[in-house]
Amino acid sequence: MESCNCIEPQWPPDDLLMKYQYISDFFIALAYFSIPLELIYFVKKSAVFPYRWVLVQFGAFIVLCGATHLINLWTFTVHSRTVASVMTTAKVLTAAVSCITALMLVHIIPDLLSVKTRELFLKNKAAELDREMGLIRTQEETGRHVRMLTHEIRSTLDRHTILKTTLVELGRTLALEECALWMPTRTGLELQLSYTLRQQNPVGYTVPIHHPVINQVFSSNRAVKISPNCPVARLRPAGKYMPGEVVAVRVPLLHLSNFHINDWPELSTKRYALMVLMLPSDSARQWHVHELELVEVVADQVAVALSHAAILEESMRARDLLMEQNVALDLARREAETAIRARNDFLAVMNHEMRTPMHAIIALSSLLQETELTPEQRLMVETILKSSNLLATLINDVLDLSRLEDGSLQLDLGTFNLYAVFREVLNLIKPIASVKKLHVSLTLAPDLPEYAIGDEKRLMQTILNIVGNAVKFSKEGSISITAFVAKLDTLRDSKAPEFLPVLSDNHFYLRVQVKDSGSGINPLDIPKLFTKFAQNQSTGTRNSGGSGLGLAICKRFVNLMEGHIWIESEGLGKGCTAILIVKLGMAERVNESKLPYMPKMPTNHGQTAFPGLKVLVMDENGVSRMVTKGLLLHLGCDVTMVGSSDECLRLVSHEHKVVFMDICVPGIDSYGITIRIHEKFTKRHERPLLVALTGNTDKVKKENCMRAGMDGLILKPVSLDKMRSVLTDLLEHRVFFEAI
Amino acid sequence: MDLVQLQRQFVDYRTSLYHEGFLDEQFTQLQELQDENNPDFVVEVVSLFFEDSERLLNELARALEQQSIDYKRIDAHVHQLKGSSSSIGAQRVQKVCIAFRNYCEEQNVEGCLKCLQQVWHEYSLVKTKLESLFQLEQQILTAGGSIPM
Repeated sequence: MESCNCIEPQWPPDDLLMKYQYISDFFIALAYFSIPLELIYFVKKSAVFPYRWVLVQFGAFIVLCGATHLINLWTFTVHSRTVASVMTTAKVLTAAVSCITALMLVHIIPDLLSVKTRELFLKNKAAELDREMGLIRTQEETGRHVRMLTHEIRSTLDRHTILKTTLVELGRTLALEECALWMPTRTGLELQLSYTLRQQNPVGYTVPIHHPVINQVFSSNRAVKISPNCPVARLRPAGKYMPGEVVAVRVPLLHLSNFHINDWPELSTKRYALMVLMLPSDSARQWHVHELELVEVVADQVAVALSHAAILEESMRARDLLMEQNVALDLARREAETAIRARNDFLAVMNHEMRTPMHAIIALSSLLQETELTPEQRLMVETILKSSNLLATLINDVLDLSRLEDGSLQLDLGTFNLYAVFREVLNLIKPIASVKKLHVSLTLAPDLPEYAIGDEKRLMQTILNIVGNAVKFSKEGSISITAFVAKLDTLRDSKAPEFLPVLSDNHFYLRVQVKDSGSGINPLDIPKLFTKFAQNQSTGTRNSGGSGLGLAICKRFVNLMEGHIWIESEGLGKGCTAILIVKLGMAERVNESKLPYMPKMPTNHGQTAFPGLKVLVMDENGVSRMVTKGLLLHLGCDVTMVGSSDECLRLVSHEHKVVFMDICVPGIDSYGITIRIHEKFTKRHERPLLVALTGNTDKVKKENCMRAGMDGLILKPVSLDKMRSVLTDLLEHRVFFEAI
Repeated sequence: MDLVQLQRQFVDYRTSLYHEGFLDEQFTQLQELQDENNPDFVVEVVSLFFEDSERLLNELARALEQQSIDYKRIDAHVHQLKGSSSSIGAQRVQKVCIAFRNYCEEQNVEGCLKCLQQVWHEYSLVKTKLESLFQLEQQILTAGGSIPM
């Protein structure tokens, strides 16, 4: 045998097993080579594969395995040593790589497994999120429904529409079988079925309100699940297989009387309506939390909407009421006006009609008095005359009063002599008083103005009336009349609380007090005194006559004059005091001819600013002396002229307010004069103001003047305006030094 | 000449006096002082001025003729004249008086004499002018018109 390096296979090559091994090896190699290719292909396709290194390793491993099996094909026949060595190298390499790969896999497989767990975890999370999404969507849907419902409910102010809409929308949103509203009856003891969804006409079932289930619902503001057998829930035709769940919720109703915004659900005297919602039967549906919430929200909204509707109803009712009242008032006013007009017409006519015959009676009776009459006839005529006079007075009084009543009487304002009014009253009353041996005294305050503006006639009438009353009701004693200007503190008398005087510059309040020592008045009767036609019925006054209108008329006059009148008395037999306060205008200083005061000088160069101001002018220069005199005369001063200092000293007196001295003439010792004048008038206010007139503009001179004691210095030439302003300044400030 | 023309002439003449400096503001003041109570105030004052001034000027002439000139006295007179003329608003006279006084202070005889001449001259001028003015006034008044202001 030749010795070749060939290796012989262990088994004979023609064995069948060999053949199968050969083919299997071939296929294994093929498979082993194709696997990495597939891997590469798919990895390239996929974007993410974290284990490339593993892949490379694994690829290497596979390739080497394949190579091994491929090379094995050659070992079935006789093969050279090279092939054997290649085979061996491949096998060694394969062994190395496989070991490394096996070692690596130990690390890698747990990772791969955890990837799987993570995937599971994420799937769970996704499922959960899906569920939550579903929930949120439902909630949002509910919210949308609520908003829509609210919008529907609040878009109308009609109560019926609100309630109907609520039921309809709720039924639609929640897919209810039945929805009903039970309202409390007027008595508050029962709940009446008012609105339902399906049944067209609620037949008016009532259910007593004090049912435990109903109380339970009313006591909480949540929607409560109630049993379908509860009386409020028995609304469906019986015989259903399995009634759906029922929920009830309270709807607060607001009475207008207990509508307080601040304590909105806390009031205990609330009335509630009941809203019952039923799910469809046989649906196995349950009430979900979000549905219950929806129902509660809707119930609140309904309550608010109903309260708005109630308020609106109320205000419309009030408005209608007001309109009716308005119409009625208008009618009443017109009727009153017609009545007044009718009365005025009547009075006017009657006035004229009554006065004419009265006039005839009085005139003819007085004429009759003048003729020859027997004593009886004279007595009769006198009685007729007296009675007709009384009647005439009565007619006048009545007419006056009725005119006063409706405010058509106006005061005749004019300037009059106040003192004269009082004197006149005194003159009129003196004869009667002296007959009754009453002493009348008049005291007028010194500060009482002589002239005033007001209604002279009526003021006199009022004062005369009061004084007349005093005389009438006094049998003996004295009557004193005092008049003075009322000061503010005396005006605010506690006896006249409604009288609120207002002081103003051109008005004053005249206060007249008439005190008598007569029969006095019971203090209780005092308020009645001023009412029409009421007389105090004490004996002794029955025959004094008078219609009782006098004081009432006085009061009206006094009211027109913005004043007040009242009577004080301490009781019967203690005399009484009548006090009257009226507002009169102040009259300016008025002459009898009522001409306004005219200034003497013409006003072409301004008004005379210094009327009568006595001044002394000393100036040696005749011309300038004359000019200065003319200036001062023009300003209204009383000017005395002197030409020398001796004359000046001789003539100057405390009457002269200002002495003008021209000091720029040499030879006049103006300082000497100044000092001597100062000596002459020791008291400051007696001394006239000394003013130097000079054409010299010398500061030294000015200082000398001031030092010597002069009060002023003016520069010549002096214009009219300058002199005027200088004098004004001088008299105001008592000093004037012109700026040099 | 009719009234309107007279009045216009009067106004023009008066304005010219102001323009030429014969009269100043003070004269206007004097006119303002004239009213119903003092209808001839201006005429009176001006007449007084004429008397006064003539007297003073004569005195001044006499004083300057003296051997030993008493400047103090002259000053006093000039001062008086100045006062008078300023009181009625005879501006030019017043100005000369001021110059006169300066010469007096300097005891400048020539200057004083010159000034005296000037004063006489100005005084005469203003006297003539004022007299014409018053004549015009009188004419207007006799014609029944009123003196325009």
